[in-house]
Amino acid sequence: MNKSLLIFVGVLFTVVFSLSGLVLVPDWQFSGIGPFLAEGADPSEAYPQPLSGGAEQGHAVYVDLGCVYCHSQQVRPEGFGADINRGWGNRRTVMRDYLFETVNLMGTMRTGPDLANIGARQPSRDWHNLHLYNPAITSPGSTMPPHPFLFEEGADMQHVPHGAIMLPAEWQTSEVKYIVPNARGKAVVDYLISLNRQFPLPEAQ
Amino acid sequence: MATAVVEAVPAVNGQSDVAEAISRAQIDRSCRETVSIYYASAIFWLLVGSLLALVASIKMHTPGFLAGWDWLTFGRVRPAHLNTVIYGWASMAGVGTLLWLQARLAKVRLPLPILLPATGLVWNAGVAYGTLAILWGDGTSTEWLEFPVSVLGFFGFCLVIVIYASLVMMMKRRVHHTYVSQWYLYGAVLWFPFLYISGLFLTLAPNVNGSVRAIANWWFAHNVLGLWLTPIGLASAYYFIPKVTGRPVHSYHLSLLGFWTLALFYNWAGTHHLVGGPIPAWVVTVGIVGSMMMFIPVLTVAINHHMTMWGQFHHLRTSPTLRFVVFGAMSYTIVSIQGSLTALRSINEVTHFTHYTIAHSHLGVYAFYSMILFGSMYYILPRILRTEWSSAPLIKVHFWTTAIGIVMYFIGLSWAGIEQGYMMNNADIPFLDVVAYTIPWLASRSVAGTLMTIGHVVFAVLVWRMFRGAAADQEGPTLLNTPEGLSSTVTGWLRRRSAAKSQGGAA
Repeated sequence: MNKSLLIFVGVLFTVVFSLSGLVLVPDWQFSGIGPFLAEGADPSEAYPQPLSGGAEQGHAVYVDLGCVYCHSQQVRPEGFGADINRGWGNRRTVMRDYLFETVNLMGTMRTGPDLANIGARQPSRDWHNLHLYNPAITSPGSTMPPHPFLFEEGADMQHVPHGAIMLPAEWQTSEVKYIVPNARGKAVVDYLISLNRQFPLPEAQ
Repeated sequence: MATAVVEAVPAVNGQSDVAEAISRAQIDRSCRETVSIYYASAIFWLLVGSLLALVASIKMHTPGFLAGWDWLTFGRVRPAHLNTVIYGWASMAGVGTLLWLQARLAKVRLPLPILLPATGLVWNAGVAYGTLAILWGDGTSTEWLEFPVSVLGFFGFCLVIVIYASLVMMMKRRVHHTYVSQWYLYGAVLWFPFLYISGLFLTLAPNVNGSVRAIANWWFAHNVLGLWLTPIGLASAYYFIPKVTGRPVHSYHLSLLGFWTLALFYNWAGTHHLVGGPIPAWVVTVGIVGSMMMFIPVLTVAINHHMTMWGQFHHLRTSPTLRFVVFGAMSYTIVSIQGSLTALRSINEVTHFTHYTIAHSHLGVYAFYSMILFGSMYYILPRILRTEWSSAPLIKVHFWTTAIGIVMYFIGLSWAGIEQGYMMNNADIPFLDVVAYTIPWLASRSVAGTLMTIGHVVFAVLVWRMFRGAAADQEGPTLLNTPEGLSSTVTGWLRRRSAAKSQGGAA
């Protein structure tokens, strides 16, 4: 090849071609898709809803701590993997579930379990707090790192602050008997509890 | 090194041969500042990236390790590792090699003697700022695009200048016919900025459907490998294999076919990272078809390189460049075939979401790309600095620690990933049993990573000594073994011993 113009044009064509085909066409194909609202239902019952309040702040914490590197948020269909059999969701997740996602958190790794429906599967705040503080407390054998920086620790039993969570007796030490989630800790639990993608969307049945 | 093999060939016309050699030396000299800055920085980021990798690796089997601080939590150290090695090590080593190759192949001096070295400094500032931002919590959690959006300003500035320099060298080239390496290099330099801008925009702009973000994310991430690192790696292999062996590339037409099929098919393959995911089925199917079509460029390049090497394998004994480059070129064939097969639904069902994918990506970025770039540096640095490597034994240590390290890494994590996948797909096995199964294999990865890091430190020492001008006092290039025989090795010792014995017998 002696024509540098041919290389130049060819090279740009191939990449624009794939961007259009793979990304822009699906974007256009699904641009009309909106939240699902059953006939006669109140608009507040539409699914999905954008995150708000504590869950929205918790989403930012989930992003900055990089939870996605070990936890996916997608349920593969029945018969493809064992996602549904493991109880990670009662149906596959579909495009509409991610309508308002501002960051791609679908994930590519399951060092830990999928979290697409963790709010439905594990609604207890105390469980999440203890698990985040030290995963070994709730899940012996887990390799998830402890997140002590999301909590204040305390041992003064005379002045136990409001919202404190007592550690199980065998985990208490002279320095730490209870933990109190800080603002980031509260927010990330708000977010985790909000994760529920089991709404019976017609296209996912 | 074995350029001696090429350049010692007596010229038909002695005078023009001398003129050629002088011109070549002048071109190498014009690259000195720019390529030195890019290479030294790349090696610095390789060391930083290795350290981050070791921390992340140890955390995976010892979760309490450095767990007290959020800036060192796994979810930040891991993307910090990926971004320092991709945008610090791989990209900076890549730009340095790309500029030198373009100048050599166009037979013109590297233009912009002030601006190009400056881009090296700006690029470093971008990587440093981006890495710190990830560690203090401003990362985006969008895989391969974790740096804050503002880093685009740093990279964009550099890339505009690198593209300009590339086009100037192409237009002013003193050889009418372009060589296959040049096609790949012009592809890389035009593709990467396009990918980076559209990838950033589509994954992070408001009002993009979440599923489309995921598609854009994997279109981008896969193409950083396919349309940025791969073409630079292949351009280097296409240059150094014929250069060191002194034989022309086997087939021009295969080169042509390989280049255009790679350009056409590679960038459609990325959506195989979303098989079974919540995106339109046809998008996944297109990704699988793209992955299958990749067999054409991969086998084409494999045949072309293998046929060029045919009968020349003895050079692997002497030339550091060739040893690293051939290791990388062979890994390219393996990793590409593996990648195409992994896109198939039946295999992907098992291997998706497991350590198998991590093993695969290291086979690509490390065993293929990084090894070829090591080889390129062994060739280029002595020429731009006009000095020789100080120690052949240290080069061997570099080769064997990294080669054994990556093979061990790949085998351990691939096996762990396959088992992990089968266990996860059986809902009767508790999840924590799957976790427990992988732990010894994850520990083996820390050992493999330590070996590779030792290799990187040795390489950094060699390059440091080269920059300090502390090269061995010698006339010719530093060869791993003398071409006549393995005099410095055990084999050589055995040969001398048996020779002494037979002499004794005769007496």
